[in-house]
Amino acid sequence: MIQIESLEFNYPQGEFRLSIPRMTVEHGEKVAVIGPSGSGKTTLLNLIAGISRPRQGSITVANQRISDYRDARRRNFRITEIGFVFQDFELLDYLNVIDNILHPYRITRALKLTRRVQHRAVELAEGLGIGNKLKRYSSELSQGEKQRAAICRALLPRPRLILADEATGNLDPRNKGRILDLLFDNVASSEATLLAVTHDHELLPRFDRVVDFLDYRNDAA
Amino acid sequence: MISSFYIAWRYLAFNKVRSATLVACITLIAFLPMALQLLLDESQQLLQSRATSTPLLLGARGSALDLVMNSLYFDEQVPDVFTMQAAEDIMQSDLAYAIPLYVRFHARNSVIVGTTLDYFDFRGLQIAQGRMFAVLGEAVIGADVAEDYGLHPGDAIVSSPETLFDLAGVYPLKMAITGVLQRNHTSDDLAVFVDLKTAWVIEGLGHGHKDLTSTDDASVIMTRTEDSVTANAKLFQYTEVTEDNIDSFHFHGDLSAYPITAVLAVPDDVKSATLLRGRYLENPRYHIVRPKDVIAGLLENIFRIKSVIDSVIAIVGLATVMAIILVFALSVRLRQRELSTIFRLGCSRMTTVNLIVAEITLIVIASSIISAGLLYLVDANADTLVRQLVLR
Repeated sequence: MIQIESLEFNYPQGEFRLSIPRMTVEHGEKVAVIGPSGSGKTTLLNLIAGISRPRQGSITVANQRISDYRDARRRNFRITEIGFVFQDFELLDYLNVIDNILHPYRITRALKLTRRVQHRAVELAEGLGIGNKLKRYSSELSQGEKQRAAICRALLPRPRLILADEATGNLDPRNKGRILDLLFDNVASSEATLLAVTHDHELLPRFDRVVDFLDYRNDAA
Repeated sequence: MISSFYIAWRYLAFNKVRSATLVACITLIAFLPMALQLLLDESQQLLQSRATSTPLLLGARGSALDLVMNSLYFDEQVPDVFTMQAAEDIMQSDLAYAIPLYVRFHARNSVIVGTTLDYFDFRGLQIAQGRMFAVLGEAVIGADVAEDYGLHPGDAIVSSPETLFDLAGVYPLKMAITGVLQRNHTSDDLAVFVDLKTAWVIEGLGHGHKDLTSTDDASVIMTRTEDSVTANAKLFQYTEVTEDNIDSFHFHGDLSAYPITAVLAVPDDVKSATLLRGRYLENPRYHIVRPKDVIAGLLENIFRIKSVIDSVIAIVGLATVMAIILVFALSVRLRQRELSTIFRLGCSRMTTVNLIVAEITLIVIASSIISAGLLYLVDANADTLVRQLVLR
């Protein structure tokens, strides 16, 4: 599903540099990425999602060499093929839960907002336990509910790859387990691939594979 | 684009105070100059139509504007009074017929216009209900007076005392309403019309009381001679003219020396008008004016002031637009996190611009709708507003 070759990345300003000679994730795998803070885990997810672009090397996702794509094509690929659960949920405070879940459909032409999609959004939300919170604003939700809404938004377009950045980082132990269960169930049912950054070593046994980030990058900084 | 409008609407609805403030600012900036222009156009039309239909106006020397505003639009600023003799002089000149006006007193908040029946023919005023006044103490009222106070023929209206504590001043007179005039959308709708003599009764120049020659009450008699009887202040004077007491009303002295505030002079032709004006050119006591010229001068000043107001509004408008641009620019900066989120969710820069444009468009549309609604209200009530705000 993911092939990374000779990846080099650095921000225009700053000394941080990410270098990954080779990394592969198979289709359907549930892979946890661990590593110390500041080691570039989130940067890696952003590169795979096409939000950032590598300076050198290649990133191939679902047989598409997205590192060579121009901005618009990379964006469209991300919207349709990748679901991203952000570290701090990234819910918009002026939209209620259902509007947040449907937001990607309203800001891009790559996704078509149909009645079927709206129906599925409600079903997904109910499945994730926030069916009764659809009209609430994010400020009225608990951390767990926010995370569920963010997961729901990421899963709605039925992505082939799900990237989760500290998806359980803000949750209590009980909610962590629940959220991970929901994520795994949905990944399994949609036959997607999961690449999740986590600091929580208790959760690692539940993944198919754990990638220690220090094995993959040469931090020259 | 429709989704952009939906998201923009959600954003504006969530930030109600900010949105309402922006809408209010734009509404005011759009509405004020247009409403001002509407009212000025209406004022101009009202002032000019009335002034144009009044050929000449005679008054005591003084402010021509006060004279015109009082005599044509029944403004509260009362010009100097002069005697009825001036009206008779015009009639005797055979150059014009004269309609005397005595516009000084009030009933409730409406001005009382003392005049003759010629005034109604000259203005083309028709009776909508009842009949024209016929005897002392009767009044006909304008359509707005009837509507505002719910008055009909058969009701009464009482003149207001000029000063509350002046015992020697003007006493209220209860007048019988005999008719209501048809609305003609001029100041006549706001007035109470009475005969000149009734106006003089209101002033106390004419009065009615018990017959002193036959009274048994010696306490009201101050002096009695063979020729006359003089009463003291104890004598009861009638405050209403009725069938029973109308014969007791009388005027002392020569009526030609009684006061009026203006004479509407209607010349027979242009030549007569020119001659009449010529006669009063050097008159130290009176002046004769063409209301059309006076109002033209007034309008010139109003439009000069209006151009200043327009400039001020333009500057304020420009400042507001710049402030709004600044608000949006700062808002974009404050919303960096949100914009970063929607970018990460897959939003292009063009869509981001669309979202901002949609927000601005919605605010402008809301402002336009409110402005249009307000302008519609102003336009529908321009006549009333002008008469209440400008021609009071």
